[in-house]
Amino acid sequence: MNKILILFAHPRFEKSKTNRALLKNIKQVAGVTLYDLYEEYPDFNIDIEREKELLLAHEIIIWHHPLYMYSAPALLKQWMDLVLEHGWAHGSHGNNLKDKIIFNTLTIGGTKEAYAPNGHNRFTIREFLIPFEQTANLCKMIYLPPFAVHGTHLLTEKDLNEYARLYQTLLEKLAQGNFDIRITRKYSYLNDWLAKETGATL
Amino acid sequence: MSATFLHDALIYLAAAVIFVPIAKRLGMGSVLGYLIGGIIIGPFFLGFIGEEGKDIMHFAEFGVVMMLFLIGLELDPSAFWRMRKLIFGTGIMQMGATTLLCFAVLFLIGFTWQAALACGLALSMSSTAIVMQTLREKGLVKTQSGRSSFAVLLFQDIAVIPILALLPLLAVSGAHTSSAGHSSFMEGLPGWAQTLVLLAAANAVVLAGRFLFVPFLRFIARIRLRELFTAAALLIVIATADLMTIVGLSPALGTFLAGVVLANSEFRHELESDIEPFKGVLLGLFFIAVGASINFKLIIANPLTVAILVSSLMAIKAMVLFTTGKFSRLSFDQNMIFTLGLSQVGEFAFVLFAFISQLKILSAHWTDMMMGATAISMTVTPLLLLANERLILPRFGTKESAEEKEADAIDARHKVIIAGFGHFGSTIGRFLRANGVNAVILDNDSDRVDVLRKTGFKVYYGDATRLDILKCAGADEAKILVAAIDSPEINLALVDTIKKEFPHLTVMMRAKNRMDAYELIDAGVDNIYRESLDTSVRLGVDALIALGFRKYSATRAGQNFIKYDETALKKLAVHRHDQEAYIFNTREQIEIQEQLLTSDREANPTLSDHAWDSELFVEKSSRNEPKE
Repeated sequence: MNKILILFAHPRFEKSKTNRALLKNIKQVAGVTLYDLYEEYPDFNIDIEREKELLLAHEIIIWHHPLYMYSAPALLKQWMDLVLEHGWAHGSHGNNLKDKIIFNTLTIGGTKEAYAPNGHNRFTIREFLIPFEQTANLCKMIYLPPFAVHGTHLLTEKDLNEYARLYQTLLEKLAQGNFDIRITRKYSYLNDWLAKETGATL
Repeated sequence: MSATFLHDALIYLAAAVIFVPIAKRLGMGSVLGYLIGGIIIGPFFLGFIGEEGKDIMHFAEFGVVMMLFLIGLELDPSAFWRMRKLIFGTGIMQMGATTLLCFAVLFLIGFTWQAALACGLALSMSSTAIVMQTLREKGLVKTQSGRSSFAVLLFQDIAVIPILALLPLLAVSGAHTSSAGHSSFMEGLPGWAQTLVLLAAANAVVLAGRFLFVPFLRFIARIRLRELFTAAALLIVIATADLMTIVGLSPALGTFLAGVVLANSEFRHELESDIEPFKGVLLGLFFIAVGASINFKLIIANPLTVAILVSSLMAIKAMVLFTTGKFSRLSFDQNMIFTLGLSQVGEFAFVLFAFISQLKILSAHWTDMMMGATAISMTVTPLLLLANERLILPRFGTKESAEEKEADAIDARHKVIIAGFGHFGSTIGRFLRANGVNAVILDNDSDRVDVLRKTGFKVYYGDATRLDILKCAGADEAKILVAAIDSPEINLALVDTIKKEFPHLTVMMRAKNRMDAYELIDAGVDNIYRESLDTSVRLGVDALIALGFRKYSATRAGQNFIKYDETALKKLAVHRHDQEAYIFNTREQIEIQEQLLTSDREANPTLSDHAWDSELFVEKSSRNEPKE
């Protein structure tokens, strides 16, 4: 049984249909802590000690956020800067996060096709996520591919419900330990791994 | 210390401690509690105190003396100058007209013109003690009615000096010399000489205040013994009062003058805080004595005369006051408070009647009658104000609730009630409204209520601690109650009511300061907002910035400090009860400051952003740690 910490960062959650849909089912998943960063720290004044305790109490961490300017909203970056301290999260004595699993859950306005060498955005999502991947690596954590919802403006109610169910399935599998790290890491998105596992098409 | 003194003190204090809380609980205010307590323990009911009540009254009049000293202190000449039109306009009108009407009536029923005039002057006085105490308790001091009341009372207080000086002139010549019982050295002097002596004495106080008291206080202050300063403050008040008594002037006026003279000195606030507790206790004693001194025998013997006397007196006074209020353009509500509040005959009337009787201007029988009427009118005033608040204003004045056309829609939208809409509450209300949240507002200043209603706020008028008003404002369905009333006592009373009657409401409270916040924590309030925290820290942050700190670092230091201080508040609030030795407010404050400063040092509330602090990183790297 893995405990999952969702570090959710969205400065305008009340306007985000996609994220509301993704998060509405997750309370039903045992072992999941949903932690709303913009709700906890409206003044950006992060309580570092408290964050460290939360990290220690969970085995799987999810950076759940919309993709803003090819990166995370400012508060999540603030969180990374402040909480992942040298000597605690990294450095020769910083082994507190060692072997914990971490990945991004992303909501992205552009379609998957736009994130390609010859697409509008010229780079892939995985390339944009390199700072996250390497941060995880620096902290001796295991970085999994992202779970992503692309083309959020184009989604219908039905699509949203599908994504919500898929995210719930993902969390359940992770919580139950029903996955093989080596296999998931072969895919560029966790969506693709799930598609293979469950036959979902998103 | 004689046994009788202790015995008397026991009875008086017990009466205060028993009756005042009952009166407060019934919503009647402390003054009425003291008065009723006095009546009950007085010679005509329980008889715990007999005729000696009169002696106590003389002693307790010292409370009035101290009150006037404090009023004088609060009244520095510039404030006086700003209010001069109000003071002299309303003051002259009220006193002039009341005196004239009383004079006319009394003269017509057969008084000599001297007696009628003397009585008229005495009866035109209202009770500063009752009115100011009541206004303060109801939080009405800063309203229009409060200001007008203060102006009239002040004028009366000042007018007592010339009146006392004039009374000897009214004495039937020669009559007063026969009273051998009194020892004032002025007894033997002719009227004009007495007048001169009185004016000279008043001048002496002013001069002494300027050239004697201030240097004296400076000398005492340099010794740095707090209790010595208190003693010195009392000494000044008592010495002034004594001087005045020797020359036969009212001690109250002497100390009032001394207060005004000292208002501009650097000792104003210290004097205020030193004298205040003495004044409070003695004033309570005074009210008890007034209650105890009501001569029920006389009333029972002449019930009709007394009833007519009291009611016609108060009617005349009220009439004049209402007209005066109209002239100073008070709205109906404010005018009713002003009119009924001042409609009694005040404590100075006791002084004046005593003097009048001593000068043999008025017969002993009538003096007793007049004094009885005075005491009764003082007792009736708090009741009249209560009736006004509960019965008259809701019907004829500003309505407690505005008529609402969209009644059902409102309940759904008004989830917030703001009690108190002064500077603090109005900022909250405006902020909420800017964000589309319309709060229901409770306020007890009718003028403010009128303005707010005109600008579209939904406002209930009245005392926020009253259950019916809270219900009316929708406390049953609301989610949040913001208690933003200026007076911490009223805020606390409000919390009690809310906790008992509307436990579902989230209470968000304004607190004046740390001490106030502790009381609220004890009362079980979770959301406390200290006036002296955020603003002070913001200033501190700006000060750091002005000293060259980076803005973001200073801002974060401020955020951390607030967070740290709120944690410390909760921690020390519990700790506070460990130490039972707290007696003096100031002493407690100092100890708390000390605790704070110590724990500030232990848990440094300053920044610790290791990740941003490259010095730390460099230090570690230089200790040959592998580079990442």
